[in-house]
Amino acid sequence: MLPEIGQFTLILACLLALLQTIYPLYGVYTGHQGAIRSAKMFTILQFVAVAFSFVILSYSFLINDFSVDYIATNSNSALPWYYRLSAVWGAHEGSLLLWVFLLASWSIAVALMSKRLPIESVARVLAVLGLLAFGFYLFVLLTSNPFDRTLPYFPIDGRDLNPLLQDFGLIIHPPMLYMGYVGFSVAFAFAIAALLEGRLDSAWAKWSRPWTMAAWMFLTVGIALGSWWAYYELGWGGWWFWDPVENASFMPWLAGTALIHSLAVSEKRGVFKSWTVLLALSAFSLSLLGTFLVRSGVLVSVHAFASDPTRGLFILGFLVLVIGGSLLLYAVQAAKVKSRGRYELASRESVLLINNILLIAALIVVLLGTLLPLVHKEIGLGSISIGEPFFNRMFTILIVPFALFVGVGSLFRWKRQQLNDLKKPLAMILIISTLVTVLFLLVFAPFLTWLAVMGTFLGFWIIVGVVYEIYLRSTHRHSFSKGITKLGNSHWAMSFGHLGLAVMIIGITMTQNYSIEKDVKLAVGEQISFEHYEFHFDQVKGLKAQNYTATVGVFTVKKDGDFVAVMQAEKRLYTVQRMPMTEAAIDEGFTRDLYIAMGEVLPDGAWAVRIYYKPFIRWIWLGPLLMAFGGLLMICDRRYRSKKEPAGVLGDEHA
Amino acid sequence: MNPRRKKRLLITSSLIVGLSCAVGLTLFALQQNIDLFYTPNEIINGKNETGIKPEIGQRLRVGGMVLNGSVQRDPDSLKVSFDLIDNQAGQITVYFDGILPDLFREGQGIVAQGTLKSSNTIDAFEVLAKHDEEYMPPEVADALKGMDHLKTEQYK
Repeated sequence: MLPEIGQFTLILACLLALLQTIYPLYGVYTGHQGAIRSAKMFTILQFVAVAFSFVILSYSFLINDFSVDYIATNSNSALPWYYRLSAVWGAHEGSLLLWVFLLASWSIAVALMSKRLPIESVARVLAVLGLLAFGFYLFVLLTSNPFDRTLPYFPIDGRDLNPLLQDFGLIIHPPMLYMGYVGFSVAFAFAIAALLEGRLDSAWAKWSRPWTMAAWMFLTVGIALGSWWAYYELGWGGWWFWDPVENASFMPWLAGTALIHSLAVSEKRGVFKSWTVLLALSAFSLSLLGTFLVRSGVLVSVHAFASDPTRGLFILGFLVLVIGGSLLLYAVQAAKVKSRGRYELASRESVLLINNILLIAALIVVLLGTLLPLVHKEIGLGSISIGEPFFNRMFTILIVPFALFVGVGSLFRWKRQQLNDLKKPLAMILIISTLVTVLFLLVFAPFLTWLAVMGTFLGFWIIVGVVYEIYLRSTHRHSFSKGITKLGNSHWAMSFGHLGLAVMIIGITMTQNYSIEKDVKLAVGEQISFEHYEFHFDQVKGLKAQNYTATVGVFTVKKDGDFVAVMQAEKRLYTVQRMPMTEAAIDEGFTRDLYIAMGEVLPDGAWAVRIYYKPFIRWIWLGPLLMAFGGLLMICDRRYRSKKEPAGVLGDEHA
Repeated sequence: MNPRRKKRLLITSSLIVGLSCAVGLTLFALQQNIDLFYTPNEIINGKNETGIKPEIGQRLRVGGMVLNGSVQRDPDSLKVSFDLIDNQAGQITVYFDGILPDLFREGQGIVAQGTLKSSNTIDAFEVLAKHDEEYMPPEVADALKGMDHLKTEQYK
């Protein structure tokens, strides 16, 4: 009975989403006040309806209702309760339900938190969100209904959740990522609403900015979590594979990063407006494209467990409608948008423009590398794959100018910067960052490579640039200790964002250049040593858990003879799906990780073992966390919360 | 030219230069990093579509089924070799030094990435097995169509 109610409320939510589109738009064009106000009500009702569906599906998972097909396929009674709950988004149908649920959550947040905005604008935004939701509800209901029954012959037990997904990281990774994907729909809706209205002013940029930042923040954390998960769960110690599905989440991130910078310019200076709108449309379109690529099964990837080709067509159609429609609207309306601000070539506007160009170039690289194999195959030239070396080379080139500009960009003034004034700060940054780089490499690098020197220099260039800029800004009018407390939230947000990038660049550089990876054959009692570390293979023992059995390899690790850790690497066999899984043992550290994964038993009883030494790999995920923290600071900035519209020029001049 | 136009010209031209640099570099890098996919038969007799055989030393991907009983291991290291077959006449040998994936088994479809060493042997630097019981890369599925492999039908 319950699943039918869930299905019913889902249909109800679908209809409410349609009403949420039609009625407010009708009100806006006829001036009917009641219809305009109804947007909020429909949004709330729609949220309640879909939330109800979501809760019912989760509950059905918890009580092991295997008469529901989706649950029978993706859960099992031996699964711990928290994995039964996360199994809700473990496969296609449920993850789409999560998608629409999150879309409704973002919509209701917009409806409730936009008291300062003109009611017509809010009605337009909610109407656009309603239309998007309507499309996705149709998709769920017509092609991927999570409430389909297996009746009358339902199985006694389920086929279990894919063991790869039975992991803490996978409990939070998809919701975070989806919060990001779906969050860009708010920026998209604001942009469409502005185009419909034909009015794009700084106020528009200001309203849309915290929402965009929130979505970007979730996406950043989501991608970092995915990378972390891949590192410890897939058992080969990689943190990024340029897998099509990873690329699908990276593309909206690149567009979103360009967008948050471009929005800053639009808000502060009133220029780049039509470009900002285009980016807002792109960011969400790329999120949709990502969904299409992942869900349609056209791509071969490690995520392909959740794909089904028959559904591709619907999303493709939806994609064409949304992208085509929004671009058409843009083509018609964007000409009305006039940017009035003036700026010189040497100005912060220009630097941010360069930032945008580089980000878009990176986006094109990823897009090309992801879609070219598809095109190649479709036009009958055979299957190809575009490997890591392509992406790595392209990003190694692109990051150089990007990082150089990030390091000094915030020193530029709006409108006009006398380049002579920059000579001294630039010289200071260059000298200090070179010194720090040399010191750092002396301590941590066993040998030098050209790429390692370049990467660490770029990282420290940004860090020194950011710190120096904070110093300059806070000693501008006050003493340092007093001035530093006067810096606004959004200034700190920018600093943390850029520091995050620097930390990530250093992490990537060190990991890529100084990792030691040994695939060795080891028997119990043998040991292997490298880089001051000794790994002794103590014993192999058995282990039995609720839904798997495991063989555990126990290793004692010593550094220069001193005890470091006992590491236990598992080889699991999940009993329901008869699927083997490698559970790596990781000894984490701020400057290095030790990583042991069991391979296979060889005929003579010895084991194939992967033993890795990964310097600074934690920094790769620390970086995005810092960026996300920066985003959080910006959202908390007073000017986005105060009830009153601040008069005239906003307090600080920092983006 | 007045300064405003000059600025615009500079910005536009820097945009064009930047973009064309990006596209140029991309195409250059692409050219060196595209790996064509072959089936064992295509390695021996040339691609189905074009009839072109791969050259020795070329980087490529190959997908097929691991021939039963063909896996041979070196007793002292992780070196391993196995034969790949498809639904046509092809049979090639893959050499690999490293840890095989969890789901590598005789009679299963796999994909190997590496360089062609001689007309029918490949030095692989990566071996991928399918990720679960249901999923198989479409190319491999095509190459194995009609063969009796160990796919288990459970429910449905």
